[in-house]
Amino acid sequence: MERIPILRMGNFLLVTIQVDMHDKLALTLQDDLTNRIAEVGAKGVLIDISSLEIVDSFIGRTLANIASMARVLDALTVVVGMQPAVAITLVELGMSLPGIHTALNVESGIEFLRQNVSEYDDKDDDGDNTEV
Amino acid sequence: MGTIQKSETVPIKNGSDVVSVRQRVRSLAIEMKFGLVDQTKIVTAASELARNTLDYGNGGQVELSAIQDGIRTGLKLYFSDNGPGIPDVKLALSDGYTSGNGMGLGLGGSKRLMNEFEIDTAPGLGTRITCIRWK
Repeated sequence: MERIPILRMGNFLLVTIQVDMHDKLALTLQDDLTNRIAEVGAKGVLIDISSLEIVDSFIGRTLANIASMARVLDALTVVVGMQPAVAITLVELGMSLPGIHTALNVESGIEFLRQNVSEYDDKDDDGDNTEV
Repeated sequence: MGTIQKSETVPIKNGSDVVSVRQRVRSLAIEMKFGLVDQTKIVTAASELARNTLDYGNGGQVELSAIQDGIRTGLKLYFSDNGPGIPDVKLALSDGYTSGNGMGLGLGGSKRLMNEFEIDTAPGLGTRITCIRWK
């Protein structure tokens, strides 16, 4: 079965969508990603959609679902690289992807995750240190 | 509504047909020299309507046509299915209304993405949607 690869980088998971997303593939990604987050205890998820030529309401909803599920599992999601034409169309369609963090490109997406995830890590580290 | 210059029919029977519809619409829009934003709008509307045809109309087909009306050219999409039809079109067009598990943006959203939009439907008589984007 066709699958979108999920790469791990420290406590982040990285996904680059490079194929035309059919509905089943989007749902498979949603399941795979949610399982991987729990498996590796990921704190951040970055989804690069720069190769996607369209985002319709189904794909938009899948991205929103992924972000919500990740949030419940204590991970932040950032969607990066949306093409301007896709953004224009998405807003006109009536979707604004509420609840999803976005960044212009992979670099600023990683930067966003580092800043927002490290806050949690620092707190954890402090706690661990006092115990030791 | 203009004369048809070129047309092709794509069946919508399963999920991968929705992707085929997107690809066929994209190539026709490119061939007709629509700009990137217009291409994206037409393909997105086609994707929404193809999914509706599959999910709510139990499958059907779409006819894509390049049409000419005086000096202007347009891309026309004609979706048809023999499904249960839509009992309340006005309600179905309102944002957020869904009879399934979608977000309820399919019909109203694609209407906004196209210049002309017409629904011919009745309970038990299937649904036919004609929409056009002019260049």
